[in-house]
Amino acid sequence: MSYALQNLDIKDPEHPYSLEELKVVSEDSIEVDDKLSHVRVVFTPTVEHCSMATIIGLCIRVKLMRSLPSRFKVDILVAPGTHETEASINKQLNDKERVAAALENPNLLEIVEECLSPSFQTWT
Amino acid sequence: MELLDSNVDLKELQKLQGHADRVWGLAWNPAPHNCGGASAMLASCSGDKTLRIWQMGPTHRLDCSTILEDTHTRTVRSCAWSPCGKFLATASFDSTTAIWKYVGGDFECVATLEGHENEVKSVTWSSSGTFLATCSRDKTVWIWEVQPGDEYDCVAVLQGHSQDVKMVQWHPLVDVLVSVSYDNSIKVWAEDGDSDDWHCVQTLNEGSSGHASTVWSVAFNSSGDRMVTSSDDLTLKIWDTSSAISQTDTEGFASWRHLCTLSGYHGRTIFSAHWSSEGIIASGAGDDALCLFVEEKGNSIEEPSYRLLLKKEKAHDMDINSVRWNPKDQRILASASDDGTIKIWEVREIS
Repeated sequence: MSYALQNLDIKDPEHPYSLEELKVVSEDSIEVDDKLSHVRVVFTPTVEHCSMATIIGLCIRVKLMRSLPSRFKVDILVAPGTHETEASINKQLNDKERVAAALENPNLLEIVEECLSPSFQTWT
Repeated sequence: MELLDSNVDLKELQKLQGHADRVWGLAWNPAPHNCGGASAMLASCSGDKTLRIWQMGPTHRLDCSTILEDTHTRTVRSCAWSPCGKFLATASFDSTTAIWKYVGGDFECVATLEGHENEVKSVTWSSSGTFLATCSRDKTVWIWEVQPGDEYDCVAVLQGHSQDVKMVQWHPLVDVLVSVSYDNSIKVWAEDGDSDDWHCVQTLNEGSSGHASTVWSVAFNSSGDRMVTSSDDLTLKIWDTSSAISQTDTEGFASWRHLCTLSGYHGRTIFSAHWSSEGIIASGAGDDALCLFVEEKGNSIEEPSYRLLLKKEKAHDMDINSVRWNPKDQRILASASDDGTIKIWEVREIS
């Protein structure tokens, strides 16, 4: 699988480092089933009460949407036990209508684009 | 494609392309002859902010006859025709609902319904033609009364859902409204006999054998004694709604009850379900599959049950957002997808 999954290169909105450098997302936390066209990402928000968890999840979703073939179904989840409103965040991140509406919000889209703008891209 | 002891298949008749983004909703005109004598008209709405109208020509194929654009500034999420077929309502993420009127071969925007605080998710016209209902992420359901001169008055703002309301649907025969939500519940709304006040007469949640996650759609059968809901919990549920038609005002509202749960047929969120006039339930889901179900006949004593008639895997290349039977031709089904296309299908009996 030589997709961009192995280096998501998304910047944490509150820190200058990429999510991978901050251990928010690692290779272990991404499951890919190519045959079933299914991807599952489990991510750990930087800080437990981090209000940016939804934004990080949104960035991951947008990055994958732009990198993967359209046949893929993507589930994005907060690592269990790492966030107090885990169920609520998971429900929002996996409701495609909510995601679509959020991405039509120009302010939110600007934040997402900022987090996704490449400083340095490596492709394996 | 799976066939289960019934000689039926689903033939793809046509693929409609043109939308530049995912197609969210579909609506067949119930009286297309009132729009310049067309034999069939299908409205589709999209993330590309437009509404397209597809009309059947002499070749029996649907062609795009109109594109309604430059009105909504965001995704058009849902569309619905008035019972007379001359008006079309479009609900948008831009928080407005537009009303279009067929005038001399074209559609003119004659009204814009404002009031919701954020994205409008669904719009539905009552069969009496008196009311319209809309719902939104702002958790409310609004009821509008149709007045002469293309005027629409808001007669109720219904609070009760604790989250985003995904869809509203009027009962086919009486002015009773159903709403389904991200809060996992189904609510039934009716007018109080004397006071003309709208209120919630029943809530169907997990405790009443309801859904365990977001409920995305609701549809009634043509006689109004059954309702089907579809959910993110991967099930379809059938409800007995016969009390809506069998009782009088004086008795108060008699509860609707759960009849049957259909599970194991879809592997991802079931976004839409629709009942044909013949009694076939069609469902479309995030697994790109389309399923057809019918009632299992012969159980006079036991609860009615439903069985899978057919499953069409990979009916589309991406999620199916809406499935709608043609009210004028009960074997024709339309499906809309994230892949930007609409497909027209025919259910055929094969010997």
